[in-house]
Amino acid sequence: MIMIKSVEQRYDIRLSGTGGQGLILVGIILAEAANLEGKYVVQTQSYGPEARGGASRAEVIISNSPIGFLMVEEADIFLALSPEAYTKYCYRVKPRGIIVVDEQVNPKLYLTKVNVFPIIRTAREDLGSEIAANIVALGVITVISGILNISSVEKALMARVPPHTIDLNLKALHKGCALGMERVKSEEVEKL
Amino acid sequence: MIRKLMQGNEACAEGAMKAGVDFFAGYPITPSTEIAEILSRRLPQAGGKFIQMEDEIASISAIIGASLTGFKTLTATSGPGFSLKQESIGFAIMTEIPCVIINVQRLGPSTGAPTLTSQGDVMQARWGTHGEHTIITLCPASVEEVYYLTIMAFNFSERFRTPVILLLDETIGHLRESIDLEKYDHIKILNRQKPWVSPDKYLPYATEAGEPPPMAPFGEGYRYHVTGLVHDESGFPCTGNHAAIDKLLKRLNNKIIAYLDEITLYQEVKTEDAEHLVIAYGAAARSAASAVALLRREGVRAGLLQLQTIWPFPEKLIYQKSLGKKTVLVPEMNLGQYAGEIKKVLKDKTLLVPISQIDGQLLQPRKIMAHLKGEEKHA
Repeated sequence: MIMIKSVEQRYDIRLSGTGGQGLILVGIILAEAANLEGKYVVQTQSYGPEARGGASRAEVIISNSPIGFLMVEEADIFLALSPEAYTKYCYRVKPRGIIVVDEQVNPKLYLTKVNVFPIIRTAREDLGSEIAANIVALGVITVISGILNISSVEKALMARVPPHTIDLNLKALHKGCALGMERVKSEEVEKL
Repeated sequence: MIRKLMQGNEACAEGAMKAGVDFFAGYPITPSTEIAEILSRRLPQAGGKFIQMEDEIASISAIIGASLTGFKTLTATSGPGFSLKQESIGFAIMTEIPCVIINVQRLGPSTGAPTLTSQGDVMQARWGTHGEHTIITLCPASVEEVYYLTIMAFNFSERFRTPVILLLDETIGHLRESIDLEKYDHIKILNRQKPWVSPDKYLPYATEAGEPPPMAPFGEGYRYHVTGLVHDESGFPCTGNHAAIDKLLKRLNNKIIAYLDEITLYQEVKTEDAEHLVIAYGAAARSAASAVALLRREGVRAGLLQLQTIWPFPEKLIYQKSLGKKTVLVPEMNLGQYAGEIKKVLKDKTLLVPISQIDGQLLQPRKIMAHLKGEEKHA
């Protein structure tokens, strides 16, 4: 039975980027981590012919109560790893929502306060692989949203990535966490 | 209790395994493909068989044939494939061969939008095959319900010797959510009745007390005739015997309708004191749950009746739950396919508010709430 609590603490997360960047995996790891913490969680994604190459999205809703409506209308946390994804989805963010974008997104596009991180560059330069950008982003989001514990995200990540990539992915996660931590310490980000 | 994150289509495959499925035949189609993909791995592990067929008609033919040999069988498809299977669904109804057909609905008609959500096949599930018939159709609104209702689909199919349709929508098929599998360990798995008479005395369609006839698996020495033509107890055609035709068609209907209460599965939220009743099924029921919670916070007395069994139509339940309500709202991702049925049983037909969304997106709670704006607030 979908009996929603009257005091509902629901976080709507939208992850967007270019198809193939691995945002659905990030969504699944976040959902798995929330599940490990005993929270209610749902994860959905856009499927479509445009999901390879075009802007794609994955959504995660984390709550302390059974979840009714399964989609994110206005996000509490919004991630954009590509300019196209930012343009397509940024208007659907709550006024107090946290926006995280990769530095590749043209600042001229910003409509509101955004948190810019060198996500793709970090993956390329520090980890030697742009493929890990999604997990760097996962680290950033985990820290600056503060909804989930890093340890649950680590555990969920290890269960969901191919075994031979665990080390690289954990490194990527920690790089992302460090980027996020720096920003949180400088108090530029107001936690949810 | 271990809660596991699982996708709807995965829960469907796991539910089928739990119910004891032996055989899957299918042809992949978005958004149902994961069911076939997972069963292609899971079934051989458990000693079952998986075949990817050349098309959808061959798929349903294969599961009907396999069921006749005593296997529990299923196929999974989406709109275009579901259309192709209709004739054979009628054959399975007429010949009383248990099988489960999963339709993960996508937006139609025709190829439509393969990846977009819809509830456009509600009436096709009911009336897709021709001729007077009754069919059981279940409609889950969560990953957990997918698991539960897949088990129940097999149980009803075996219990009543009839094809059962499990109608998912793309949203639910692809949704990932926590599920506690152990919660359903208590469900008794039902299996079809085998004959207790010797092969020479076996009449394949002879019944007792309205129960479905015992079914002999092919290959165990019982030789009998199986036909889509009207037939008598012997299984042979009886096209010239109007009394036998009448008896057969009524029995096929009654063997299900007589157990409507047992078959009707539903959930409800705050319906008792509700002035406004939302009746919903599938993913739209999740939107309705949000709308009801938000309306309650605003002091509007709304409640939700969530139907897990949509066919046979739970006429009595809907009539009773609607009594005394000011409004009966029916949100669905089609142009009112189910609302029309509900209207037939409402005492006051003006209470009905059909709410439709057919743009390929999940129905939004505010579409439901908009109809109750300006309601008196009850502090």
